[in-house]
Amino acid sequence: MPLRSRGYAAASSDEPQFINLVQKSSFLNRDGDAIFQDPEFSRISSKETKNVNYYTAVNDALATALETDESAILFGEDVAFGGVFRCSMGLESRFGKDRVFNTPLSEQGLVGFGIGVAAQGATAIAEIQFADYVFPAFDQIVNEAAKYRYRSGNQFHCGGLTIRMPGMAVGHGGHYHSQSPEAFFAHVPGLKFVVPRSPAQAKGLLLAAIRDPNPVIVMEPKILYRAATEDVPVADYTLPLGKAAVLQEGRDMTIVGWGSQLYTLEEAVRRAEAKWPDRSFELIDLRSILPWDADTVIRSVNKTGRLLIAHEAPLTSGFGAEIAATVSEACLLKLEAPVARVTGFDTPFPLIHEKFYVPSIVRCLDKMEALFNY
Amino acid sequence: MFALRPVRLAAQGVPVASRRVMRAGLATEATSKTGDNEEFTFELGPDSFLTHNCDMPALTTTATRGELLDMYRTMSQIRRLETVSDQLYKSKLIRGFCHLSTGQEAVAAGMEAECNEGDAIITAYRCHGFTLTRGQSAMSILAELMGRKDGCSHGKGGSMHMFGKNFFGGNGIVGAQVPLGAGIAFAQKYGGNPNHNMTFALYGDGAANQGQVFEAYNMAKLWNLPVMFVCENNKYGMGTSAHRAAASTKYYTRGDYISGLKINGMDVLAVREATRYSRQWTRELMGPLVLEMATYRYGGHSMSDPGTSYRSREEIAHMRSTKDPINGLRKRLLEANVIDEEGIKAIDRAVRVEIDEAAKQAKASPEPDLKELWTDIYVKGTEPKTVKGCEPFDIHHY
Repeated sequence: MPLRSRGYAAASSDEPQFINLVQKSSFLNRDGDAIFQDPEFSRISSKETKNVNYYTAVNDALATALETDESAILFGEDVAFGGVFRCSMGLESRFGKDRVFNTPLSEQGLVGFGIGVAAQGATAIAEIQFADYVFPAFDQIVNEAAKYRYRSGNQFHCGGLTIRMPGMAVGHGGHYHSQSPEAFFAHVPGLKFVVPRSPAQAKGLLLAAIRDPNPVIVMEPKILYRAATEDVPVADYTLPLGKAAVLQEGRDMTIVGWGSQLYTLEEAVRRAEAKWPDRSFELIDLRSILPWDADTVIRSVNKTGRLLIAHEAPLTSGFGAEIAATVSEACLLKLEAPVARVTGFDTPFPLIHEKFYVPSIVRCLDKMEALFNY
Repeated sequence: MFALRPVRLAAQGVPVASRRVMRAGLATEATSKTGDNEEFTFELGPDSFLTHNCDMPALTTTATRGELLDMYRTMSQIRRLETVSDQLYKSKLIRGFCHLSTGQEAVAAGMEAECNEGDAIITAYRCHGFTLTRGQSAMSILAELMGRKDGCSHGKGGSMHMFGKNFFGGNGIVGAQVPLGAGIAFAQKYGGNPNHNMTFALYGDGAANQGQVFEAYNMAKLWNLPVMFVCENNKYGMGTSAHRAAASTKYYTRGDYISGLKINGMDVLAVREATRYSRQWTRELMGPLVLEMATYRYGGHSMSDPGTSYRSREEIAHMRSTKDPINGLRKRLLEANVIDEEGIKAIDRAVRVEIDEAAKQAKASPEPDLKELWTDIYVKGTEPKTVKGCEPFDIHHY
């Protein structure tokens, strides 16, 4: 039996390099002030833009936060030197060693420390070097940060805390430099969790996260740090948390993803459009995992009748499960086929088999076909 | 090293309280024999302190009558509060987890005697005493224990999660509050700390083995933070004797590069002296200290632990009869003629009436409204539009 019909077909020989998908993506603004036609950007008064990559946009957001909030501090492992992904380059020399500094290699300690700083009313921006390293701090995030407001009856909180962490696959990261732990945190009332897909999104969502009065985790797809470049507004701006973005409207199938997966989905949609010329596809960037924008997804599925969710994290209890359950409840009578998920396998993130593990273009196309043929 | 730059923080810092004005004025004030300002001198026992890379605190201490009676009253209030909690628990008015500090009163009372209002305290789950010394009323503590609306966390926290001004909580996870303490102290220092405030991060002998305690030590010393790591060593981490869980039970030395003091935590005057010492340490910008309070809990770890299966009844009885912090201070007060037997009895009676009245009021407080289930998860106005309840269609709309 040919692999493709088995539903776990891996990247085939015509699977393009991820970097090429990003470079030709229509999601990235290459037309200067064209970005201001987007209602979320139109209210920005200065129409100046600058072509920067993802890590520079993050750097810009961090600098803006430090500039506009004198209580803001930035810390994490190797942050003073610019961070392993260069996101905090130059910030130590610009804002001083007392505001931008390295912590020891202790995630639990540094997150707890950040909660304490934030509990005093300051703005604490912590970096976890890789999302895979967040687990020692899981207790601090889940039990201390997220519940501080609730368990003290609103007397104490750490709303000024933001945790940045690079996540998702990078092509060669192996077990501990590739994971997407969003579903773990989606289970934690009191937290917010966002995944920006592009430089302009990263700047606006990170600033929104830093200024949101609740603890927020920002997972930055590390593969995009250098790969994704676009014209980003120079002004200080924020984008809404908890709100999805419809990247392309369509009638026949809703496709939901977040982070770097969107670039794979964009190419899958392009090929699907070529394969089924009379069909159109609605592509949604969920952006916020918690709280997630169920309204936008439900509205879309009620229109299209079909839903495909793709994420890199494993299938079982991945965030796709929550979306599928909600859509099943809300759209049952409109569904033409059961909700489909294309995800990582229920295995540890593999080193050598990464290209089989991540939801490739071919696997996504296979599922689309299955949805139409149901 | 961080510069001490004055920076505006939305912190809860307040000016230094005038608690110790009396002592400052003693030299010139004439005091009557019976006045609260009359000063008394006490010798602390030779085994009151052990040191690790620092000088010994003074073994002679002075206190005014007012201060001494305050400490006595505070310890008695905590004792009575815990006794009443025990009764309420046994009559099923307090449910869930509940950890009493009976026997350990000198730690909270002795520290408070030298604390400013601007100092921060953060501790673990054995927190009722600290909640009281940090200014919450006995009524609000008992109401919180019973999950009532007038509780100090509005009935949403319970026994382990009580808070107050600059009291960053009872915290339920063993050891997790310690790095928070380092962060709180960092913010104090970052804010310029004109009043030389400091943070007391308390944890037990069991929590002392948590990795994050050492992570916090490292950060605190690296950045010279005004944080006191206070290890309340009551000899048992739940039912495990300290020496069975720790390679070294010299907790005051376990900061290694951080100096430490072991203190007779059953003597409120020794605790007070050590707290005074640590403030001086902070004023001189020496950074953190590890303060090990050698103490003892008479009851079990929590209400579900009778506390007698891992230690002998004789041991408990011996500690009660020879080391009790309240009896110890009472004896001192009587011997030094600070107060007479009648006066002590009057305080005991007043405390009893006060706490029992607080319990009565707390019992009368209603449970929090059901809608509180949905509040305080996110800041009002920034929450998701809905939160799901238990049933498929039980959805709360904000």
